[in-house]
Amino acid sequence: MTDPILDVRNLTMDFGGLRALDHLNIDIQQGEIVALIGPNGAGKTTFFNCITGIYTPTSGDILITAPPRSGAVAKAERINGLKPNQVTEKGMARTFQNIRLFPNMTVLENVMIGRHCRTHSGIVGAVFRNRAMVKEEQTVVDISYRILEKIGLARFVNDLAKNLPYGAQRRLEIARALATEPFLLLLDEPAAGMNPHETLELDELITRIRDQEKVSILLIEHDMKLVMSLSDRIFVMDYGKKIAQGAPEEIRNNPVVIKAYLGEEFDAES
Amino acid sequence: MEYFLELFMGGLIRGSIYALIALGYTMVYGIIELINFAHGEIYMIGAFTALIVASVLAVMGVHQLAILAIAMLAAIVYSSAYGFTVEKIAYKPLRHAPRLSPLISAIGMSIFLQNYVLLAQTSDFLPFPSLIPDFKFLEPYSSILRPTELVILLTTGVVMLLLTLLIKFTKIGKAMRATAQDRTMALLVGVNVNQVISITFVIGSALAAIGGVLIASHIGQINFFIGFIAGIKAFTAAVLGGIGSVPGAVLGSFVLGLTESFATGYVSSDYEDVFAFALLVLILIFRPGGLLGKSSTQKV
Amino acid sequence: MTTFSELKKSFLTALWFMFLTFPIMVIRVNTIDKIVIWRWRNMGYVGVASFFLSLAWRYFLRRKEAGSKRALSRTANSQTLLERISSERRYKIPAMTAAAIGIIMFPFIMNSYQTNIMITALMYVVLGLGLNIVVGLAGLLDLGYVAFYAVGAYTYGLLNHHFGIGFWAVLPLGGALGALFGVLLGFPVLRLRGDYLAIVTLGFGEIIRLILENWNEFSYGPSGIAHIARPSLFGLKLSFFGEIRYLYFLMIGMVLFTIFVVNRLQNSRIGRAWIALREDEIACQAMGIDKTRTKLTAFALGATWAGMVGVIFAAKTTFINPDSFTFLESAMILSIVVLGGMGSILGVVIAALILILLPEYLRAFSDYRMLLFGAIMVIMMVFRPQGIIANVRRSYNFKKVED
Repeated sequence: MTDPILDVRNLTMDFGGLRALDHLNIDIQQGEIVALIGPNGAGKTTFFNCITGIYTPTSGDILITAPPRSGAVAKAERINGLKPNQVTEKGMARTFQNIRLFPNMTVLENVMIGRHCRTHSGIVGAVFRNRAMVKEEQTVVDISYRILEKIGLARFVNDLAKNLPYGAQRRLEIARALATEPFLLLLDEPAAGMNPHETLELDELITRIRDQEKVSILLIEHDMKLVMSLSDRIFVMDYGKKIAQGAPEEIRNNPVVIKAYLGEEFDAES
Repeated sequence: MEYFLELFMGGLIRGSIYALIALGYTMVYGIIELINFAHGEIYMIGAFTALIVASVLAVMGVHQLAILAIAMLAAIVYSSAYGFTVEKIAYKPLRHAPRLSPLISAIGMSIFLQNYVLLAQTSDFLPFPSLIPDFKFLEPYSSILRPTELVILLTTGVVMLLLTLLIKFTKIGKAMRATAQDRTMALLVGVNVNQVISITFVIGSALAAIGGVLIASHIGQINFFIGFIAGIKAFTAAVLGGIGSVPGAVLGSFVLGLTESFATGYVSSDYEDVFAFALLVLILIFRPGGLLGKSSTQKV
Repeated sequence: MTTFSELKKSFLTALWFMFLTFPIMVIRVNTIDKIVIWRWRNMGYVGVASFFLSLAWRYFLRRKEAGSKRALSRTANSQTLLERISSERRYKIPAMTAAAIGIIMFPFIMNSYQTNIMITALMYVVLGLGLNIVVGLAGLLDLGYVAFYAVGAYTYGLLNHHFGIGFWAVLPLGGALGALFGVLLGFPVLRLRGDYLAIVTLGFGEIIRLILENWNEFSYGPSGIAHIARPSLFGLKLSFFGEIRYLYFLMIGMVLFTIFVVNRLQNSRIGRAWIALREDEIACQAMGIDKTRTKLTAFALGATWAGMVGVIFAAKTTFINPDSFTFLESAMILSIVVLGGMGSILGVVIAALILILLPEYLRAFSDYRMLLFGAIMVIMMVFRPQGIIANVRRSYNFKKVED
């Protein structure tokens, strides 16, 4: 077995006296769809913020092993304390629980922003429009458009992001993250606020991204139906601790998980 | 030693005035997260109103103490009215706008009010009547503590105490604290948020008016521009103490006042305003939470 | 919402404003001679004006609310006339030709006084476009922009005074020093949140002015630097009119150059990053954009223009002192950007021309100029935050791969 692409060891995050994450261990293998679930306030989004560089964790290690691009040997790298943009450059891109698009930019431009860290033209190129810059610009447009087609947003291409329907906005966030060429996509409640039909489409989309784009996926989600149908493995958190992990069937029947979700009432009744 | 004491007292006086203005900044910031740029102008309008009312009464031959009381009252009433109106015009329509919009609107309001007073009154410095009587018992200490200084210190102390009581123990104080914590939640539990915001502006403006009248009678002259520098310095004080925090604003004001006083006394008086600005820049860069605020500031 | 209740509301508003403005508008005291002047007529003006203004205010506020609801369902065709002219080719070419002819003829038709005013207006166009990079595109509220303008002006003033260095040599240097100061000031402050950034830049602007005012050995203090050389034209000796026309065309060239550069910048990888930064800082970073670097480029590039215009300003007036670089100057440039529309080049050009030329030509306005600037900032923010000409996002050409 190869190294996991993301290997989080003993990750701890304190806010003042509050321990939001407590010695968390999570690993993701290449090509997996992994779900992170847990009751509200369990620390799932904090975990995302820690591994994407928004917070610097108090202790522990976040190791990533980017899949080698051209025959090079993959090497594990510790990314604690990197800035969010550096983490994205390394190949982990995320979406946000409460949609954070660039509302007054067009749908295409939103995706083009995702290409920023994979392109290089600077001020001089922008002013003089040299050939390399023009070519790069056109490639950015073409790649971005192709991503929109794949995600099914091509018909909105020149609309402002803020005018999109809700479900499309969530998909646009995924498109934008994909444009950064990640090896691991982190989705923070991608199905929140979606109707059953949209959720079904999302399920299909995520699977397709994994299969076609060879991107592994870690998602936080509350919609259990979606989680159970999508995930290869599930991690369960409660009060900042990992309380269970395993395949969907194992999690479904795990008494510890059921207790975490249903709380003390469940104890009293059983 | 006497020079030191003199500078120390000067610092306390400055600090008191800054505190009276800074409280308005910090309370408004605590509630709607807006730097009320026009607050300095409210203070200036307070001083102008007092000057105008006092002059009219003096011509009519009213007793000095009565003039002081009426002028102070008029300043408080009018500053509050201006604060209330400014909020309704320039900030209320922008409650849900992007963060920069109300700030730009506030800057516009500040420029507008300055020029309004400039055009309706004058650009010259006007002599401010000495409203505060001479206290006989202070004469031996006159080099250290002048009567106006005593009044400033006492008034500031009393006002701070009243404000603390108001915030801690009254219903409106509770509503203010609730709104500062979470506006949506306060709305849900039945706090009239718009009213709370208005009241915050009114209280802040009233405090600024008191500061305006006191400092004008201490220094003895005013013009339309006094609000700008005073406003920025008071804002500096509020940030220094941790913006959003009431005790922080007071502490920050005294720290700033003393720093300025000693720096101008011992270093150089040419760069008086540079010290304040430099302090502001340094705090914001190295400790944006302020002295009493942590990363999440304690709010009103 | 009957007419009667509307009128009643406005009537009450009028009463309120009559009360509010009473001491300051009506009473005027002469404290030395102890004379009180009562100007009751002002109260009447305030009453009538606030009555009608409050009617208009509420009407437009309602319209705006209705408008934003409409916009939710679909982006309406709510383009203004100006936007239509600027976007449709049919109007664009004749309009631009007419403008070009007008621009070339201007200094020959108008006298030197008019031309001088136009030069000033054009300087503000460039300043507006420069600040537009910082505020309009990158969303960084810079209230100390005038500091960079001062850097440029003093660079030329001092170098010319001490070493007799000419205008053309200093122009790029002024820009470079502006940029350098932009980076130096920007580096520590750019991690601050939006409103703190505004205050710190304001503080920096004032510090620079106060230093210029007090450091006599360096900047000659409040008395400033006089007899600065005007720009030279290949060593030719120009007449007074010739010099003004020369400066005019130099400024036109400068404006065109600025528009060219800003336009290319805002439609580039860097420009998109600035706009993304303005829209959502956290998301921007999460998409792999280096926040600090992007902010710093915006800050430095904006400052470059201010530095260059500063050099031109010193050359135009031949005299500079710290009074030209107060906060009000920054506020004026900011109101140009706000009125024009954040990020909109055409809007900023038009706004600069309106705001600088109007008070010059309508004498009645000139006293009220700053009052007007203040009011514009409030009114634009409340009713039309996108400015007179909203920045229209560009659409791109792409290969469609339908499969």
